[in-house]
Amino acid sequence: MIRRAGISIERWTPLSLAASAGGLALVAFLAVAPLILGANALDRLTTLFIYITLGAMWNALAGYGGLISVGQQAFFGVGAYAAIRLSHAGLPVYPALVLGGLCAGLFSLLLSSFALRLRGGEFAIGMWVVAELCHLLVNLDGLIQGETGTSLIALNAFAPEQRRADNYWLAFAIAVALLGLMFALLRGRLGGSIQAIRDNEEAAASLGVRVLATKRVIFVIAGAGCGLAGAAWLATSITFEPNAYFSVQWSAYMIFMALVGGLGTFEGPILGAILFFLIESFFGASGIWYLVGLGAAALVFSLFLPRGLWGTLEDRFALHLLPLGYRVRIAAPPAAPAASGEAVSPATGIEG
Amino acid sequence: MIWVNQILQGVLLGGYYALLACGLSLMFGVMRIINLAHGDLAVLAAFLVWLLVAQGGMPLLPALFVVLAAMAVLGAVMQRTMLERSLRSGILVPLLSTFGLSIVIENLLFAQFGADTRSLAPAIDTLAYDSWSLTNDIYVGQLSVLIFVVAVALLTGLQLLLSRTALGRALRATAENPDIAELVGINSRAVYAIAAAIAVVTAAIGGTFLAMRATFAPYAGPSQLIFAFEAVVIGGLNSLWGTLIGGIVLGVAQNIGAQLDPHGFLIAGHTVFLLVLAARLVLSSELRSRLRLRREYSP
Amino acid sequence: MSLLAVEHLEARHGLLQAVRGVSLAVAEGEILALIGANGAGKTTLLRAIAGAHRPAAGRILLDGADVTALRAHRRVAQGIALVPEGRWLFPGMTVEENLLVARASRRSGPWTVERVLDAFPNLRPRLKAYAGSLSGGEQQATAIGRALMTNPRLLLLDEVSLGLAPIAVERVYQSLERLIAEGMTVLLVEQDLGRALRVATRVACMLEGRIVLEGAAAAMTREQVTQAYFGLGRDVARGAAS
Repeated sequence: MIRRAGISIERWTPLSLAASAGGLALVAFLAVAPLILGANALDRLTTLFIYITLGAMWNALAGYGGLISVGQQAFFGVGAYAAIRLSHAGLPVYPALVLGGLCAGLFSLLLSSFALRLRGGEFAIGMWVVAELCHLLVNLDGLIQGETGTSLIALNAFAPEQRRADNYWLAFAIAVALLGLMFALLRGRLGGSIQAIRDNEEAAASLGVRVLATKRVIFVIAGAGCGLAGAAWLATSITFEPNAYFSVQWSAYMIFMALVGGLGTFEGPILGAILFFLIESFFGASGIWYLVGLGAAALVFSLFLPRGLWGTLEDRFALHLLPLGYRVRIAAPPAAPAASGEAVSPATGIEG
Repeated sequence: MIWVNQILQGVLLGGYYALLACGLSLMFGVMRIINLAHGDLAVLAAFLVWLLVAQGGMPLLPALFVVLAAMAVLGAVMQRTMLERSLRSGILVPLLSTFGLSIVIENLLFAQFGADTRSLAPAIDTLAYDSWSLTNDIYVGQLSVLIFVVAVALLTGLQLLLSRTALGRALRATAENPDIAELVGINSRAVYAIAAAIAVVTAAIGGTFLAMRATFAPYAGPSQLIFAFEAVVIGGLNSLWGTLIGGIVLGVAQNIGAQLDPHGFLIAGHTVFLLVLAARLVLSSELRSRLRLRREYSP
Repeated sequence: MSLLAVEHLEARHGLLQAVRGVSLAVAEGEILALIGANGAGKTTLLRAIAGAHRPAAGRILLDGADVTALRAHRRVAQGIALVPEGRWLFPGMTVEENLLVARASRRSGPWTVERVLDAFPNLRPRLKAYAGSLSGGEQQATAIGRALMTNPRLLLLDEVSLGLAPIAVERVYQSLERLIAEGMTVLLVEQDLGRALRVATRVACMLEGRIVLEGAAAAMTREQVTQAYFGLGRDVARGAAS
């Protein structure tokens, strides 16, 4: 006879509680960093936030949406370009930057019905062609003067320290907002839909999972995120040269961060971005060999460590820092009277 | 008349694109892998030929054969070390690993040869710019015609290989079902290696012709990849001759675009590509809904 | 010495154990019929013998030589040919091409396209037809013909009657009887008990990955087979002990 066991579904574990508390504390510290840290540190953190955004967005697309895009630089460039145009039209600078980034999101929404119906390699290279086309069309704008580019002149109205702090907060807010948005979505229905689509798209669709709608949400968020990152980059570098913003190099960076960090995990791209940032800080000056190293890393990781560093850690040690999964807690049934003095087994958890 | 000329140039350009793209098409057809390093492999071959000819003093044709042999080996090695692992891992791994390879090749070339553009035109003398006049206004470059002829010959050869020879049958069988192919005695690994070698050799031929008709530089790979891919997709992913048609459509669109606007060359090409993709989506879904309608109303 | 010897073979699908410690032997010229319910492990066993499924443990010996480590195409070169469950022809290729492609292993032997057409005359008019357009019976004939083109010493047949009309099954088995008369060694999986018992020299019954009954076909009674097939005797024995 089987006794009924107590089964409960939990989302938090002591570890994820601690990690979340630690994460929030870190975010709080970073929010007030401009009042504490020096100029150099602020600049570098700003760059890091932009990298984290890019890595997280590519991970959202590929790791959660299963969409390999080699053309996200389209939105990166469009976001910056829209910001330039809006500022030129008279909008105050920082609202122009944010709005410009969101314009890239709008662009991705308009593109989504077409793009999301492409499969596999067609999608990957199709997005690359879209990026190339955007680059060419932006070049035609008289304001941009072709490859010479132009500058976000309105930024010069701000004093350097103010600008530095504002740029920091802009990049910081973008990263936190996007990560927070992804976290909230993953904890909700979207998280389940994504998992189902990842495992078996057709089966998920037959269960009523709205596959196209789910992918569209991810695609638009990724487009807006990359656009905002491009706007933030523009804020820090002030100049807009189409060649630099629409370069496929950005895809290479994003792929490195997401793949090496851990595709399909939440913490992975953050780790990947930090790694990328460190590698760039130390080796960026060696130019070519640094790029060869990035390419080789993408190659090696995709073949031998496709789950990335964090993903492999998660798999090996069942390490889940954030409460994104479900745990089934099964309380052991009371021991039968005739059993020989065995200890009652502790409640087991199955990470889902 | 100028339009006729442009269209003619476009058709001949299409031959070059088809030549460059047939390897990409073959690799996709047999292995379902899109090799993002395809363009870079073509540029690599161009550099190797240039090295042997301009630096080593070898005559062109022998240098080409040496490089083709080396590239065939490279293709087989690439297959066994890299692509083999990617074959059963879904679409993610092959795209990412070939993208990584592409970056490695480009930057290694840059490290070795620097940013200067180079050309093999000096090695072919007047062939680079000689032309025949068909009428007073219409002329065709001799090199362009040669490339087109070679492209057609290569495609014919490949088609014959696939449809008439034992190797071709083995290739097709492995493409359809590698597990069952093994069960009838086909060494699928060897077949894949041969397909990869053929694909890389055709890329190398394309790269050499690129070097002859234009210039090349370490970072020229991606643009050639995009042209090749556009040609393959416009013509339909499953057909070798489709690749020629796709190449021609692309070349003509580009040349007409160039005639319309100084920046129009690339814009026209990319736009036509995206339009064809969109049209194909709309048509296939329309077809599907028509079929559904028919089924609903049948007794 | 037997042509085929399987020793303590274990095969899994992920965590599911499909074949648990199976040992059997097939002598040259013998016809061994493998019967059992769906999921008993018969197809997995056949695929493991052919090299399409890597076993977790155990050995497979062909004429005394250990072939366990050989990939499938090398086993074909040694003389093992599998007609897989579901036929699995190459749909984009014609019947003739499906037959010709099986010459890849270049084993010498009497089988040619002409001889296959003699054995399966219903294929003659369909020689240039695409395999995807064939009827069930024609597909089965092509699949067996394709395996024969490899000039095998051991023919593995997995459920050749599956999904076929009775008349098509009849035709297939008539051709098989001709093959058997010519001395081919066959290991076949068959759902149709009657046919299995008629055509085989020996029968083995599998249940949940193990062989639970084995012996000469002529000496076996329907009751014995039915009990082994459904595992009835086993449960009766278990019930008595508890």
